[in-house]
This record gives sequence, C-alpha cells and structure tokens, in this order.
Amino acid sequence: MGQVLVVTSGKGGVGKTTSTAALGAALAQGGQSVVLIDFDVGLRNLDLVMGAERRVVFDLINVIQDQAKVSQALIRDKRLENLYLLPASQTRDKDALTEKGVTKVMEELQAKFDWVICDSPAGIGKGAVLAMQHADIAAIVTNPEISSVRDSDRIIGLLDSKTEKAKIGEHVEKHLLITRYDESRASSGDMLQTDDVLDILSIPLLGIVPESQEVLRASNLGSPVTLCSPHSLPALAYTDAARRLNGEVIEMTIPVERNRLFGRLFGRRAA
Amino acid sequence: MKFFSLRKRPKTSDVAKDRIQILLAHERSVTSNSDLVALLRNEILVAVARHVPVDLDQVDVSMDRGKSLSTLQIDIQFPPMPRRHASMRYNA
Repeated sequence: MGQVLVVTSGKGGVGKTTSTAALGAALAQGGQSVVLIDFDVGLRNLDLVMGAERRVVFDLINVIQDQAKVSQALIRDKRLENLYLLPASQTRDKDALTEKGVTKVMEELQAKFDWVICDSPAGIGKGAVLAMQHADIAAIVTNPEISSVRDSDRIIGLLDSKTEKAKIGEHVEKHLLITRYDESRASSGDMLQTDDVLDILSIPLLGIVPESQEVLRASNLGSPVTLCSPHSLPALAYTDAARRLNGEVIEMTIPVERNRLFGRLFGRRAA
Repeated sequence: MKFFSLRKRPKTSDVAKDRIQILLAHERSVTSNSDLVALLRNEILVAVARHVPVDLDQVDVSMDRGKSLSTLQIDIQFPPMPRRHASMRYNA
C-alpha cells in the first residue's frame, strides 16, 4: 500500500501547488512511483505547474462519477516515467466531490503507487477536508508570517479531528514545510523566526524553502523546480524534504546563496 | 529624537510572535472545546431548569484551558425566586 501525503495550508498562495509538484517530482526522481491529485475542483492549477494543461482529457470528477476509469484520467509526466497526475475538473464545483467517490479513487491509487500526493485547495471547506481525509502524512505549507501561521494552526486542528486516522483514534503524521523564506528579512528581524513558528505550531520541520526566482521560472515553464533547475536552492530544499519523507535523517540547513557574496552584502545593506 | 527611536526600533518579528501566540492561545481554547462546552451547557441547563425557570439568553458557559489547570465557568442568571411563603400560598 502506498503512502498518502496531503499538501495543505489553509491559507491560499503560500505554495501548496508548487510544493506538491516539487515534492512529487523529487520522490519520483528518487525512483519511487508517484501520483499527484489536484483537489482544487473549479480552480485547478497543478496541471499548469506540471506543464500538462494541454493533455487533460478526463479528470477526478469524471472518475468519481464513473464517466472514466482512473487509468484513463491519469496523465503520465513527459520527463519522469514514474510520475503521474490526476487533474481536477475546471468546470464543476466542489460539491461534485463525494466522500465515497474519493475513497474509491484513493484505494485504487494506493494499490498502484508508492506515494499518492493530494494537493489541497485553500480554505477549510469540503475540498480541503476531502483532500486530507485519507492522509497518512501531512505537509503543512506555511509562510513565516502571522496570517499563514494562524491558518496552519487551524488546519492542524482539522487534521486531528476530521481525517480517517483521527476518527479511529490514530494520528496523521504532521510536518511543517516553511516556504518563501527570505534570508534578508530574517536577518533584519522583520520575519518570524523558524524556531518561533516551530514553537508555536509544535510540529516537526520538513524543510525550509527560500523565496526564489527559480520557483517562478519553473512555473512559467511548467516544470517542477526540482526538474527545471535541480541545483537551485529551492530544489535542494525540496529534494531534502522528499528524502525526509522517506525517513532519512538529513541535517536541516537554512538555505543561503553562498556564491553571490556581493549580491548578499548588497541585499543586506538594502534591507 | 527620531534618530534615537530609529536605533531602538524593536524587531517586527518579535511583535508578530507575541501577537500570534496570544491569538492562538485564545482560538485553540475556543475551537478545541466548542463541542464540550456546548454539551456541558445543554446538560447543565436541563438540570437547572428542572428546579428554576431559566432564560436561555442569561446563560454563559466558558472554559479556560491552562497548562496544569483548566477551569469551567458557568454563569446563570435567573429571575428573583419567589419567597417561600409566597410560593406555598401559590401552591395552595
């Protein structure tokens, strides 16, 4: 049985879809079979970030409503043969998602793949709850700023009460993924410290992904950042995070651009 | 003066940390206990209403969860009780 990972946050725009794509690709690059499911029905974007927007024929809702088989809806990545995408529907709304239908799809995918990664919509509505329903592990994507931390706290509460695991008295393994970390703001004291965020949310850290132009470039090109620029700082952070998901113990580093000393000095003075 | 205040400017991250900690302490107590508080409120009301008339709007139940101690506060206001002889006369 494959493991189910939900990438969630509560707040929108923190980097759930980017993180889903990057973690999924990193796990697939490590040799495991991975499927990414977009739960953001009506506002899908994972297909775009993965560069598969022109290859969508059937979607998650079609599968749930028995209009297509899972195998017909899955899109195989052009770069990695063990990476697949199950897109969301762009024309339906969230009410088309049913608990029974999602359960059926998840069971089928868990039997076929090592990792089933659910990209949650923002918010705490039906879509977000169904995305986390079957999770074994949760990556809670959080920006180091107060509104994101507050929403993450709320999502942690939902993970502890609304998931299948919670209902049978077990726990979803929760991990914090800090994204859009800004070194210059951190050193000037204008960004919540990682330790403070960890202290407030009291869940273990999966990784710290720096704010980077590379993430934007990757989404422009429709490629996960770990594939598009594998040696960039965000790619390295996601690759380490993926290895931690597999239980490896890797020292946590705060990503800093080392080979751009001049730029860094200048950036610090400006900040 | 302005120069002085600029130099002593507190880190905004510290302000943010304090604010979010206070906020979450409140929100966690509200959301995690909401079911329990509602349940207690109803059961206590039923018990009290058996003996005295109670106005639902005059009942306030709150819970504070601390590290070592939690408290449940129940505040029920009811109209002045009839005096004993008055109620006896009424019953007769």
